[in-house]
Amino acid sequence: MILKTERQGANLIVFIDGELDLETAPLFKETIEKKLNQYESVRHLILDLEKVSFIDSSGLGAILGRYKRLSGQGGKISAIKVSQPVKRIFELSGLLKVVKIYENRQQALDNK
Amino acid sequence: MNNYLKLEFPSMPSNVGLARLVVATFASQLEFTLAEIEEIRVAVSEAVSNCVIHAYPKNPGIIELNLTIADGRLIIQIKDFGKGIENIEQAKQATYSTEPEHMGLGLVFMESFMDEMILTSRPLEGTTVIMKKCPERGPADVGISGNN
Repeated sequence: MILKTERQGANLIVFIDGELDLETAPLFKETIEKKLNQYESVRHLILDLEKVSFIDSSGLGAILGRYKRLSGQGGKISAIKVSQPVKRIFELSGLLKVVKIYENRQQALDNK
Repeated sequence: MNNYLKLEFPSMPSNVGLARLVVATFASQLEFTLAEIEEIRVAVSEAVSNCVIHAYPKNPGIIELNLTIADGRLIIQIKDFGKGIENIEQAKQATYSTEPEHMGLGLVFMESFMDEMILTSRPLEGTTVIMKKCPERGPADVGISGNN
């Protein structure tokens, strides 16, 4: 898995390329925690999932863990460019209750 | 045509993706749709992840993966010799997890993505999961033209 992050004001956009599972969840967690510590004003995490080829409950757990931190500070998480299989996992898990899905980055930024 | 594959590997996180890949490749001998293969990948990922996280929480142990294709159906058996599950009914509850970063959804996904799931466990002896799935469009080798 390759992660790229980009900060835009109070938004942190994370591009994820690869599989989000038990093996890669720790890197996801550490990278985002580090960025949230670095940019204390970030309140909106936007996950670009276009290149996520697989996600399971370990990946969902890693996203939920970040939601817990952000929501405690009045923040939230959005996901963009979500493929059908990943969307289905989101739906079944109930994660859609806390993570909103948008078509693209602009829509996610507009709905903050 | 019936077929089988037996594999043994240590319970390391890097082997979760490997198990997914092996099972998806093996399963593609049947007429599964892409969506069904995706469901199988998730179920296998959850089962092997459970071995890594719960069966052998301290040091890696042995995971046995047995795959069978019989009568047009895929049968996946994943066996560990780890600490076992104290209370299977409790473990099957959605959102129940003994680990803080986990959602407790693994068994829920396994049950909902496969046609059948049988979980047997004995504390300190290990856990065996058997999952079965048939392609929605029916067994691949039924019919005269399907046989070589």
